[in-house]
Amino acid sequence: MTGALGKDLLGLESLTGEQIRLILDTAEPFKEISERAIKKVPALRGSTIVNLFFENSTRTRISFEFAEKRLSADTVNVSTAGSSVSKGETLVDTARNLEAMRIDMVVIRHSASGAAQFLAERIESNVINAGDGTHEHPTQGLLDILTLRDRFGDLKGRRICICGDILHSRVARSNIWGLTKLGAEVAVCGPRSLLPNAIDEFGVRIFDRVEEAIEWAEALNVLRLQFERMTAGYIPSAREYNRVFGITRERLDRAPRDVLILHPGPMNRGVEIDSDVADGPHSVILDQVTNGVAVRMAVLYLLAGGKPELAEAAKGGTGRSREERE
Amino acid sequence: MKPVLLKGGKLVDPSQGLNKVGDLLLLDGAVEAVGGSIAGPEGAEVVDCRGLIVSPGFIDVHCHLREPGREDVETIATGARAAAAGGFTAVCAMPNTDPVTDNQAAVGFIVRQAQRAQAARVYPIGAISVGQQGKVLAEFGEMVGAGAVAVSDDGKPVASAQLMRTALEYARTFRIPVIDHCEEPTLAAGGAMHEGIVSARLGLKGIPAAAEEIMVIRDILLARLSGGHVHLAHMSTRGSVELIRWGKERGINVTAEVCPHHLSLTEERVRGYDTDAKMNPPLRTAADVEALIEAVKDGTIDVIATDHAPHHYDEKEREFADAPNGIVGLETALAVVVTNLVEKGGLSFPELVDRMACAPARIFNLPGGSLVKGSIADVTVFDPATKWKVDSSTFLSKGRNTPYNGMSLVGRSACTIVDGTVVYRAGLPGERER
Repeated sequence: MTGALGKDLLGLESLTGEQIRLILDTAEPFKEISERAIKKVPALRGSTIVNLFFENSTRTRISFEFAEKRLSADTVNVSTAGSSVSKGETLVDTARNLEAMRIDMVVIRHSASGAAQFLAERIESNVINAGDGTHEHPTQGLLDILTLRDRFGDLKGRRICICGDILHSRVARSNIWGLTKLGAEVAVCGPRSLLPNAIDEFGVRIFDRVEEAIEWAEALNVLRLQFERMTAGYIPSAREYNRVFGITRERLDRAPRDVLILHPGPMNRGVEIDSDVADGPHSVILDQVTNGVAVRMAVLYLLAGGKPELAEAAKGGTGRSREERE
Repeated sequence: MKPVLLKGGKLVDPSQGLNKVGDLLLLDGAVEAVGGSIAGPEGAEVVDCRGLIVSPGFIDVHCHLREPGREDVETIATGARAAAAGGFTAVCAMPNTDPVTDNQAAVGFIVRQAQRAQAARVYPIGAISVGQQGKVLAEFGEMVGAGAVAVSDDGKPVASAQLMRTALEYARTFRIPVIDHCEEPTLAAGGAMHEGIVSARLGLKGIPAAAEEIMVIRDILLARLSGGHVHLAHMSTRGSVELIRWGKERGINVTAEVCPHHLSLTEERVRGYDTDAKMNPPLRTAADVEALIEAVKDGTIDVIATDHAPHHYDEKEREFADAPNGIVGLETALAVVVTNLVEKGGLSFPELVDRMACAPARIFNLPGGSLVKGSIADVTVFDPATKWKVDSSTFLSKGRNTPYNGMSLVGRSACTIVDGTVVYRAGLPGERER
């Protein structure tokens, strides 16, 4: 079944602004389900979903699993350890075997860019990209955008800077495409050795100095610094990174306005972000995590062919909210 | 051996400034008569070439025939037949076989397998270094004695400037070119496509143009230092063209080749992660394609070569970054060049024949490349105007990995003659499929 998003969600680059808004709008009513005592609605009852994780992930996998379970889908988790993948099975064979078991959806996380598309082109089930290499991580982009929209309302003209390792970040790409399509002004800031050489052609503003980015931005999305970037020689040390590019209280105090702080996690406290910023009053890092479940519910629901206007009804009216209970 | 008379074709042979309709008679493995109307001797095999171009046999100086080692992917016999079907009367086989073709016995094996194939000629290229390890020079002299026509560590760049210098010096004795795959290994490490906006969007590690150009200028400077002949394989960037031009203007002994895909496709083709668009060097930008076409036209780039690189479909059907580099090219090269350079780019047929037949023979010091009386009887007959749709399932090569599958192209080989014997024929007047 093909809904308003098409068969798959592979990235935000290929979506229209309208489709992104649709997902965000659909996520709104689903937020409330997670606040209920009985966190379950029957929208995807009878659907089978495989969470195919070829790369380690804790929060994304858990978030997807909660989203699936709260929509009453039957789920199976496959991770590389202990599966036939570790015995040398190719991705295409894994895909065909899954398909032969008559599943409805696959959520795939893979270290190779394009792996989700590869799978999507070879199976009839809906495919959701939960992060492919350094390409895209669309549901992370969507939850970041939902969190920003919660604070800012319309994102048109809002100034958002993505800080850190843009070169290797799928989160950065999904954010850039998604935010741009919603009319936000997007900037990136990081050492040039961690920006794509072609960044000029992305249509984003570039800041070489984090102080300038903070002066400009209304929100910062601070990316995790992967430690293997140091061993690969992209930057000299975590210590220097913190001193030159770290988001610190001291730097934020000099900003002309309050700056909203996002981080896709997991954080390296004291490297890309200082603890008093991460835990500070303008941090929405935990809101992102909460929104992650709602956004993923929305994506699952829409890909399964759910009608956006029925999302409210799909919740069912039976669950009591936490407020009612208390 | 039966005499062969090619009647009524347009004879295009820039080696003798020939570009007009006329007959060609082949006798005892050599060109017996060329031009005008020739009356065939008794019992001659007559080939009707009306509407077709008759030229010296095409020579591909760069292909991978995978034997020994990967006979499941290609053999010398299937490669030689694919070559003949593509209009090539001779190909040069790269030494990155398994085991590596780095000694006289290995070279001799290829020569023998080629003789058995009875299709296009196959000239072995020996390795520069033992095992292509980039450390110890292979025995050039013995390999040349066994039939090698050049040396190369293709697939791997010669990282050591000292080894490259020595190879260029040592090769002078045997008057063979040293072919380099120009790629600065630390810059290119892990790269899967051209570094640019498309790689940044797709999240694939890029190979910058500079990785090629650094080695191009290094090799040109080493050719100047050593006096040796460096032949630069599969050039892909505008910068490389400028550097080669710089070297040639100074009289340095540098020659270069370009592949049909680098003359016709860009990095955009990689969108969608199609592994049939993955090769090394990678597809570059439109500006690079434009500069390469100009370089073919003005002769800065001497030769068009295929870099024919068959792979098993299992190996190609996988994650882009993990898929092997390379595409097959023997059976599409002529059509891609006619379509993109002659039809759109303003290359003339005599220039095409020079870049695909005369120049390869000249540069690699191979027989052929000419139809003057007494030349070897290697002839390519092709239809310059026929339009056809590429269907990789019909290839004689075992490889199916081509980005041109399903495309409509113009120009196709009609008859290929090696040593006076027709080794391939299709599409002659009266034989064409309707």
